[in-house]
Amino acid sequence: MKNTGAEIFIEALRREGVEVIFGYPGGAVIPIYDVLYDSPLRHILTRHEQGAVHAADGYARSTGKVGVCLATSGPGATNLVTGLATAYMDSVPMVAFTGQVGTAMIGRDSFQEADITGITMPVTKHNYLVKDVRDIPRVVKEAFYIASTGRRGPVLVDLPKDITMAKIKPEYPEEVNLPGYKPTYVGNARQIKAAVRAIEQAKRPVLYIGGGVTAAGAEAPLLQLAERIQAPVTTTLMGLTAFPSRHPLSLGMLGMHGTVYANYAVTEADLLIAIGARFDDRVTGRVDTFAPQAKVIHIDIDPAEIGKNVRVDIPIVGDATIVIGQLLEELKELQHPEWLARIDEWKRHYPLRYNESPGAIAPQRVVETIDELTAGNAIITTEVGQNQMWAAQYLKFTKARSFVTSGGLGTMGFGFPAAVGAQVGNKDRLVVCIAGDGSFQMNMQELATLVAYQLPVKVVILNNGYLGMVRQWQELFFQKRYSCTELTGNPDFVKVAEAYGIKGYRIQNSTELKPVLAEAFRTPGPAVVDCVVAREENVFPMVPQNGSINKMLGVVEE
Amino acid sequence: MKHTLAIMVVNNPGVLSRVAGLYSRRGFNIDSIAVGPTEDPKLSRMIVVVQAEDDAQIEQITKQLYKLIDVVKISDITMDDSVERELALIKVAANSGNRSEILQIVDIFRAKIVDVAEQAVIIEVTGDQEKLEAIISLLHPFGIREIVRTGKIAMVRSGKR
Repeated sequence: MKNTGAEIFIEALRREGVEVIFGYPGGAVIPIYDVLYDSPLRHILTRHEQGAVHAADGYARSTGKVGVCLATSGPGATNLVTGLATAYMDSVPMVAFTGQVGTAMIGRDSFQEADITGITMPVTKHNYLVKDVRDIPRVVKEAFYIASTGRRGPVLVDLPKDITMAKIKPEYPEEVNLPGYKPTYVGNARQIKAAVRAIEQAKRPVLYIGGGVTAAGAEAPLLQLAERIQAPVTTTLMGLTAFPSRHPLSLGMLGMHGTVYANYAVTEADLLIAIGARFDDRVTGRVDTFAPQAKVIHIDIDPAEIGKNVRVDIPIVGDATIVIGQLLEELKELQHPEWLARIDEWKRHYPLRYNESPGAIAPQRVVETIDELTAGNAIITTEVGQNQMWAAQYLKFTKARSFVTSGGLGTMGFGFPAAVGAQVGNKDRLVVCIAGDGSFQMNMQELATLVAYQLPVKVVILNNGYLGMVRQWQELFFQKRYSCTELTGNPDFVKVAEAYGIKGYRIQNSTELKPVLAEAFRTPGPAVVDCVVAREENVFPMVPQNGSINKMLGVVEE
Repeated sequence: MKHTLAIMVVNNPGVLSRVAGLYSRRGFNIDSIAVGPTEDPKLSRMIVVVQAEDDAQIEQITKQLYKLIDVVKISDITMDDSVERELALIKVAANSGNRSEILQIVDIFRAKIVDVAEQAVIIEVTGDQEKLEAIISLLHPFGIREIVRTGKIAMVRSGKR
């Protein structure tokens, strides 16, 4: 029996175990939507293609499954670009499908034509333009395989309209054959031995953990490793949920807005064990003063990350779970009482702290209240800027994949649609989006998606009427010249929510904070909570750009 | 330092732009690139000459190239004993007065004259980079109108590595 390309495409998705697609129709994908019309495959219609791609991303980050999105040709496809770049920077498994004009029309500047494979080449792990209907099963299989193995990342598949309408008798391959793609999972035995020796000799070791540990699901082996060798653990923004925040060995986040004790520990360390982290400039600050005394072990699945930004003494290419397992096989219990005592002293002297002025709500207090009310059980997404950094500093994580944030690309407008996707993937969990008034307005059209699919996402806006992080930089480094960072013309967010039929709340003083947030979280259905916070609060501590990470602004000794 | 990389790629559409795009995106400089089919119709070979500041940079270039799904194998053959060739077409101003002088140079370099007109000749020359530079500089005084070069291709000699 013959099938259309669109039917074959949907069948290929089913074979990959796809449960849900986030998408937006258009001319070039009508044949696909026609098949979806009576397919059991769930489709979530967003209000913007950017909403769809970020939702697929939030779904992937919170579940560990491959996120799938679908858009039409031309503007539909180009609207995915920011979302693909976001997923690429944070190594999120995703497959994006785009419609394309018919193959005979390609290259003629046809209506709604864009060279999306050319455009997305630098922001995808790989991409395909399908030119023969017989290739659809193979390409879909390869796309999912590439997206979900090795260092994960987004793959785009461009499907011309005549290809999805052509009819053939399909053949679905069982296996992929990619001669140029063979990820390394097991660590080199000699390097493992060298790492074990270095760990045994270290007096002041620090584990520096990134999102690769989450990607590999290596949280349990990491905890075992840290406890076995008694090494403190600091994480990147992407690695926050990889290690329990309340564990005595936890140092929280390091880098530009990291904790003082994490940055001090890295600076004093004689051994840095980096796992699934990539020495980003927001982590290292000035590279030549980063961990100046430390021997560096770098464990990563991507060989290109090793030696990219800093020199590495012991490189180990492999999957975090497997490599940590290899280390655990050879490592005996170690003790570093003096080193840990020193760190505890830093923790006592330099805790995270903020000031509260009477009459104004401290945004950090809002985050702490959310943390108290959700007790680590919620999935928290953030936008980008101050809201994101306060969330990273003041939330206490206990569960893997419970924090969804755009780390590498720093995409404003990510957090809310990502919360939509996280809620779709985790229907019984509380999903809270911590937003700024600026970021939320970049994709707040997705409120309609919450209503349409009855998704009980809670949006908490830290509303200071500014693009807060840029304003902070202008205050500190540009003589308070607040150029274009005051958001005049903001809407009444409660009324915006109500216009969509969503419950809206406004909090204007600290006493309302806990009861109103509690009510918003408890009440079934979506909610928007507009928290009017202190307008010119800063995120501290802070390492000025390209400064040494042990020289932080806003540090007060206690 | 200049490095010569022999890159085996799967013959998919767009593979050249993937490789070239990666270089520009990561800020590496390509001196020349030559691409053609191989003994296996599914594969193409690219010979890329790149500038690298140090070993760390060439290592990073190689690793980034390996990340491309279509790249199967990369060999840095800079230090290997290899045969290197480049072909150039050179259009030189020539008249009855100096044509024989040009012919002499062509003979010495075992080049060929492939087109003759009243005012110019086109010379075809094959060789390594030094040889090409040498003939070009000798032809310079006659007035070079146009040069087209293929970029270097290279092959490691048998019995080595």
